Amino acid sequence: MVDQITVFLENSEGRLAALCRAFADAQVNMSALTIADTADYGVVRIICNDPEKALSVLSEEGFRAIATKVSAIQVPNRPGGLADLLDTLASLNLNLEYGYCFSVNGEFAVDVLKIRGEAQAADAAKVLEDAGFKLLSSEDLA
Amino acid sequence: MSEKQDVLTLPREELEKLQLEGVKKTIVTCYENVPFYKNLFDEAGFDPYAIETLEDVAKAPFTTKQDLRDNYPYGLFAVPMSEVREIHMSSGTTGIATVGGYTDHDLEIWGDCFSRGVEYANGGEDDVMHVCYGYGLFTGGLGAHYGGVAAGCTTIPMSAGNTERQIRVMREMGSTILCCTPSYAMHIADTAIAMGLDPKKDFHLRAGIHGAEAFSDNFRADLEKKFGYKVLDVYGLTETMGPGVAIECWEQQGLHLAEDHFFAEIIDPDTGEVLPDGEWGELVLTTVDREATPVVRYRTRDITRIMPGDCPCGRTHKRIDRLHGRTDDMLIIRGVNVFPSQIEDVMKTVPELSSWYQVELTTIDHLDRVTLKVELEQGFDFDEIREIEKLQKEVESKMKSALSVGLKVKIVEPKSIPRSEGKAKRVIDLREKGE
Repeated sequence: MVDQITVFLENSEGRLAALCRAFADAQVNMSALTIADTADYGVVRIICNDPEKALSVLSEEGFRAIATKVSAIQVPNRPGGLADLLDTLASLNLNLEYGYCFSVNGEFAVDVLKIRGEAQAADAAKVLEDAGFKLLSSEDLA
Repeated sequence: MSEKQDVLTLPREELEKLQLEGVKKTIVTCYENVPFYKNLFDEAGFDPYAIETLEDVAKAPFTTKQDLRDNYPYGLFAVPMSEVREIHMSSGTTGIATVGGYTDHDLEIWGDCFSRGVEYANGGEDDVMHVCYGYGLFTGGLGAHYGGVAAGCTTIPMSAGNTERQIRVMREMGSTILCCTPSYAMHIADTAIAMGLDPKKDFHLRAGIHGAEAFSDNFRADLEKKFGYKVLDVYGLTETMGPGVAIECWEQQGLHLAEDHFFAEIIDPDTGEVLPDGEWGELVLTTVDREATPVVRYRTRDITRIMPGDCPCGRTHKRIDRLHGRTDDMLIIRGVNVFPSQIEDVMKTVPELSSWYQVELTTIDHLDRVTLKVELEQGFDFDEIREIEKLQKEVESKMKSALSVGLKVKIVEPKSIPRSEGKAKRVIDLREKGE
């Protein structure tokens, strides 16, 4: 599991820019950022090199941010990488809240999944490891 | 009709004699039959038997909405329950409503009061009155209804909602007098126009008796242009009866108080001193002949004035000016009374939210829209959007059942609701109407 930073952002001008500037000033490097948007607000999910520092910076700057445990799985950077992973999970009848992918280099991609329930996430980790997938920790992404 | 005509043009001297007799009786009845008033008068050192003139009424202590709440449900009834025929309530803060009781006689005077609106519109038995105030505990629907029946109108009890059906019935039944809130009247007009109708030609309206919320002269002019009718403003409150306490006549120069049923004073809301005619202040009402729930010097919190001079229509009953707001923080949303404290009470039951909030009122398609901005409490796990949506829906449904009016909950970032020093700006009113 890795620590993802989740930020509640109002849909108002300059908020996302302010968030990124705060990270820049604190030397926090992001490897992924996604925004789930609704009409009134957005939920920003971030993978970065130093989640602890990121949280304290955001809190100082008045953002509402929390750390969320998500599963991060390394997959080969080729067509079918995510499909193979999801096929492996299919038999578990998991409830996937959301997911997103990013590439860190030419060789590998990282798939991030939010699986509902701690026990289910642990089951998934075991099944994935048995099938030969590498599950990442925050240290792997630091 | 002729008898009513007589009352409305009664010489001032006779009218005031009638008021004095009635008010004296009200004060003594309250003292003798309602323990609350006995305590109130005794503590204030007020002698209920010593009223000699209408000016003497000012010696009596005031009553307030809080007194009505404190005596919920039947504490202020002055007659045995066997004589009470009907009950109405208005929404109140902290979930406690204020209650009005009506004997046969009280229902009759209510009908009489509201029927004056029809008379002021030069109407009667040939009119079809279309009532789309809500029927139920809210006094709007049945008050207008009793008035329509008393005036001899063919009365259609539509109640509120389903605008397309309202339009169909108005056209097919040939409604001539429309009774509803001014904003709903505008909504009906605009819906009809959107349906390809011309409300001026396709309806048969002559008059609209609109109240329960304030509206500006521009709003009135716009309504009158769309429907090709005349709008008469009506005032009332559940605490003293319901709509019909005062209604505008065809001259549209102030609302004639039903002075044979209500004695009105205007006071300085800060000092409680009675102000002379013409000066703006808070309206205070004493019932003249209400039986079930009479009130003595009830502070309405509504700001108006007694208009000086005589009305060109020739009627002798004094007129109050169109309302100029309130002395408390009560909001009127789609005709429903809402106090910010009611919103606070609901907020307290939702631990996921901080106690900061802001209510934003806007107008969309001439109807009030309410957005409640709230902030998440520290520790709420908002990572999944569905959790945020669940919280939003929960608060919306709690608010709806507490306030009887729907609002939209908008979750905003922490500290984005301004923390002002002193009184927080809880309400932002961006509505088009009003002064």
